Amino acid sequence: MDIIKSDTKINFLRFSNVALMLSALVLIAGIVSLSVRGLNFGLDFTGGTLIELHYPEAPELSEVRQALENEGFDEFVVQTFGTARDIVVRIPVGEDGETSADVSTRVLETLSGQMANIEMRRVEFVGPQIGQELAEQGGLALLYVLIGVLIYISFRFQWRFAVGAVSALVHDVLLVVGVLSIFQVSFDLTVVAAILAVIGYSLNDTIVVYDRLRENFQTKRKGSPEELTNLSINQMLGRTLMTSLTTLLVLIALFYFGGEIIHAFAFTLIVGVFVGTYSSVYVAGSMAVKLGVSKMDLMPVQKEGADQPDTEVLPERFRNRDA
Amino acid sequence: MNRFPPWKYALLIIILGLGLVYALPNLFGEDPAVQVSSTRGFELQPQITDRVENALSTANVEYGAAEFSPQRLMIRFDNTERQLRAADALRESFGEDYVVALNLAPATPGWLSALGAEPMVLGLDLQGGVHFLMQVDMDAARTQQLESYVSDLRNILRDAGIRYRSVRVDRESVVAELRSTEDRSEAREAIERELGTELVIESFDGSQTQNLRLTIEEDYLQELQSNALRQNITTLRNRVNELGVAEPVIQQQGSNRIVVQLPGVQDTAEAKRVIGATATVEYRAVDEQNDPYEAERTGRVPPGSKLYYDRNEQPILLSREVIASGDNLIGAAAGFDQQSGQPNVVVTLDGVGARRMLEHTSENVGNRMAVVFIEHRPETRMVDGEEVPTTRRVEEVISAAVTREPFGKRFQTTGLGSATEAAQLAMLLRAGALAAPMQIIEERTVGPSLGQDNIDQGFQSVVIGFALVLVLMAVYYRVFGLVANLALTANLVLIVALLSMLGATLTLPGIAGIVLTVGMAVDANVLIFERIREELRNGNTPQASIRAGYEKAFSTIADANVTTLIAAVVLFMFGTGPIKGFAVTLSLGIVTSMFTAILGTRGVISLIYGGRKRVKSLTI
Repeated sequence: MDIIKSDTKINFLRFSNVALMLSALVLIAGIVSLSVRGLNFGLDFTGGTLIELHYPEAPELSEVRQALENEGFDEFVVQTFGTARDIVVRIPVGEDGETSADVSTRVLETLSGQMANIEMRRVEFVGPQIGQELAEQGGLALLYVLIGVLIYISFRFQWRFAVGAVSALVHDVLLVVGVLSIFQVSFDLTVVAAILAVIGYSLNDTIVVYDRLRENFQTKRKGSPEELTNLSINQMLGRTLMTSLTTLLVLIALFYFGGEIIHAFAFTLIVGVFVGTYSSVYVAGSMAVKLGVSKMDLMPVQKEGADQPDTEVLPERFRNRDA
Repeated sequence: MNRFPPWKYALLIIILGLGLVYALPNLFGEDPAVQVSSTRGFELQPQITDRVENALSTANVEYGAAEFSPQRLMIRFDNTERQLRAADALRESFGEDYVVALNLAPATPGWLSALGAEPMVLGLDLQGGVHFLMQVDMDAARTQQLESYVSDLRNILRDAGIRYRSVRVDRESVVAELRSTEDRSEAREAIERELGTELVIESFDGSQTQNLRLTIEEDYLQELQSNALRQNITTLRNRVNELGVAEPVIQQQGSNRIVVQLPGVQDTAEAKRVIGATATVEYRAVDEQNDPYEAERTGRVPPGSKLYYDRNEQPILLSREVIASGDNLIGAAAGFDQQSGQPNVVVTLDGVGARRMLEHTSENVGNRMAVVFIEHRPETRMVDGEEVPTTRRVEEVISAAVTREPFGKRFQTTGLGSATEAAQLAMLLRAGALAAPMQIIEERTVGPSLGQDNIDQGFQSVVIGFALVLVLMAVYYRVFGLVANLALTANLVLIVALLSMLGATLTLPGIAGIVLTVGMAVDANVLIFERIREELRNGNTPQASIRAGYEKAFSTIADANVTTLIAAVVLFMFGTGPIKGFAVTLSLGIVTSMFTAILGTRGVISLIYGGRKRVKSLTI
């Protein structure tokens, strides 16, 4: 069974300008959303207190709010979480750092007085200094991954490929973050982990295309870089779609069955798989071509002999016997 | 032909066999158990097993196997009802020196445990519990230290007969104002003699005075701070023991933070109160004139004295006057006396404590001096049928020793019997006070029902994701797809085995990592199979195509996985807690998938097609 015909000859690069426009459009939309609405930063980054409670029967949110107001809380958010019987209370860090870990205790006591058998599901308190640190660490992690990739690909391929791959990654990260901003997905630590996983995934795709490109540069005598790039993308299309499909399948399972906490994580990855697949076809490939990748760049072969020869050099005996 | 060398089959079988053995313990579940350990973290004696078994027999509770280790004794029960009854009975008969905690003991069969196979450790988000991150206020620790130098410096100047205008703490240093340059150089010499190793001394001129600025020497300050952190950890450990938590984690994080993890604890308010409890020590003179037994019997305590009990419940009378307290204690270390070779504890006091200690010991050579350990233990009391949290002051004499000669800042206590006893005393002394104030800067609590939900949902998504991928692969690649499915299953077993072997903690993001790995691990097979199809289309024979498919896809797979690994490793380095779990499972999954997807599938494919001389077509 094949998803696509084995001899596809889609001229991907012909559409590269259209793709560029599309990327630019979504990017701009994302950046506009980022600058207007910003990211919906979760507790991990803003600091504050979050309490998740499970009620025996669905509570009136207004009553919950009233109870908290009476207790002297003024700035807080009460929302349902997944079901009507689960609510979360979020309380931001107080102005002069007055929020301490005790806030959660006070909220729990207040609400337990309101209805019996309220079950505490989860309490999270993050001090303001921690939020700052986590944000810094997340940013640094992103940076180090990009640098690590740049070095590895320059070493294994060539700098033009490295630049192509990294621009694809930057493109992916910006797009994903833009989409997160547009949908106002809660941006917490698991989302940062998801973005790093997207980087890993997208890179995977990019490398596979590059690898074939390198092989075609080395073995095919005819063909311009554009033609060979097109050929490589077409050759890998079946694999790219199949892997994206299996990854999407598990992510959808995670999204629907993994529970509320893992929702944002799964969503980010789903967006990331789409964006990563698209970018390895358009951004990474066309970027390398635009930077002027040529056969000469890859001629000094640094790989083991077994990989070089094309079909002609395969042991003849195999063909003769079966033919 | 596509033969696969026998040694590779052997390798495959050995690794898969090992994987199965080490993954197996996760299937056996857990037995309810009660764990007994020492409140102060001392080593248990083997006799305790008999004591526990006697107590349980008396209380008529049927019990299962008991496992003794110097850190803890674990007794298994058939059901939770017996476990709870046993815990109550043991709490009653063991009192405050022991922590009796409910626990779950892995029900791993003996032959598996003998191989070192244990189930995965579940993270707090899966088993429920409390995670605190505490920050030690190092600035406050420094200010405290500077304040103690102020009194030291005044003493030094007074003893040297140097008149000074003032000695005070000024931001991060101590400033001494003197009246003339001569006084200043004399003062400088005197201070250098006494505290030259600890302080950096600078001279500067004030508007009317000749001043000295004294700053704590950088290395010494760091030593002080790391001591403060260690002391706080010891104190926290003692306090947490009060909670009866089965497996608490108390660890240093970075230079000024402490992580406290209490699995299974739900009542955070209680946990916070206990962690915030204060303990201290006091040095007091022993009242040798009166008979403590007499005082205990009659209830008449002589004026100026107070009745205490030591650790063996024996009464002892101590003076009401405190010579030095935990606030004056800078350090306590167990070691050996250089002359006699006997075990000892060396105690260091701050300036105020040292002066008072010197005054007292000069007049009391030959008399005993006692150390009292005071704790404010949090507890709940029933008032009008409601639980009210309170704290109770508990006082206990932990040592009473004869003063042989006058001493001040540093002194040693000998005659302790054994090195273990010396270590225990030193620990108790250090536990006496928090060296620096602490603050909770992060709290993450997961209730038991959410923990269970997380496990169920995580498990469900792994199963469903896995099933979907299996179906897709089988439909799309047929025989080869089935082989890939075998590899994927083996991959899952290997990940679980590795997580169990490494003792890594499984978290919810960790499960997400496993799910993601399932989706991405087939990539290697997809690459290989697509390549084989391509080779077939190019007119190659099936055998040649298989060989070429594996060989040509290898470098692609390696490159693609190394880059993903870079991302996972960076994530591990920067991530905290649960995120680390994601990075761990992702990295392990990448490594194991390389093994199963390349070597594993090749082995099976060779079994199917390799032996035949002629293969007409491949079902791919």
